[in-house]
Amino acid sequence: MFDLKAATALAERMMRTPQVVALGFEFLGLEPSVAKVKAPYRADLVGDPATGVIAGGVVTTLLDHTCGLAIKAADSAYAASATLDLRIDYMRPAQPRRDILARAHCYKLTHTIAFLRAVAYEVDPDDPVATAQGVFVLSGAPPAGGSA
Amino acid sequence: MSEGAAGRLQAVLDAIPYVRFLGMGAELAGDEMTAILPFKPSLVGNPMVPALHGGAVGAFMEMTALAQLSIVEPARRQPKTIDVTIEYLRPAREVTTYARADVRKLGRRIANVHVEAWQEARASPVAFLRGHFLLSLPLQAD
Repeated sequence: MFDLKAATALAERMMRTPQVVALGFEFLGLEPSVAKVKAPYRADLVGDPATGVIAGGVVTTLLDHTCGLAIKAADSAYAASATLDLRIDYMRPAQPRRDILARAHCYKLTHTIAFLRAVAYEVDPDDPVATAQGVFVLSGAPPAGGSA
Repeated sequence: MSEGAAGRLQAVLDAIPYVRFLGMGAELAGDEMTAILPFKPSLVGNPMVPALHGGAVGAFMEMTALAQLSIVEPARRQPKTIDVTIEYLRPAREVTTYARADVRKLGRRIANVHVEAWQEARASPVAFLRGHFLLSLPLQAD
């Protein structure tokens, strides 16, 4: 069930987690089963000083986090999700001094498991920096009126 | 391993801005490197558990793999990550995280590296990473 308002509220809360704030990620919005997040380029996040390319680890966190938001966009009733495994393929280095976008799609949700694909890119999702395949484990529905 | 290896490792880590962002360090005992990620509040990904962000743990393990490769192949530029698979076993709590990398195969172009991350007890790992890394051509020997 996709409740845009509820899912967006949960996603905005997840954007306030300390590591995501520290990385400066920006929430770009939800669609049914889909989330988008931007990682603005920052010199202090460079992983290879010889090239100025953002660290792969930033892309890892971006893809992982965007997958977590996409689960909310698939069904906002789950209290929490935790990454079981995440596979990331790096097609090419990110372009220096360019923001990186991520789009994650939760293509299957069972009672306990969410399956996701995600892509990181600068402009065109068909020209990706990296693609990801993730499996997350879900916790039960939140208590009525409680926080998620 | 000589003092030189420890110095080279530290120089590699010092040169990477993202390593400073994470607050990551490393210790070298012989040829065994232990990477260290001291806890800091900005690493938290889920304040409710509370737990470190899985992405930060994955990133720490990827940097551990790259640091280990810089020890075994010092005369190369930084390898490029081809792929990583990260498996999460339990939440990483608000304490120091450690990691060790095992270079399973060092080919001419490709390295296969396994990394294990743990906190209080190595027997209770928090996460594993397996990755392939593209090695740059060796610098001209001699």
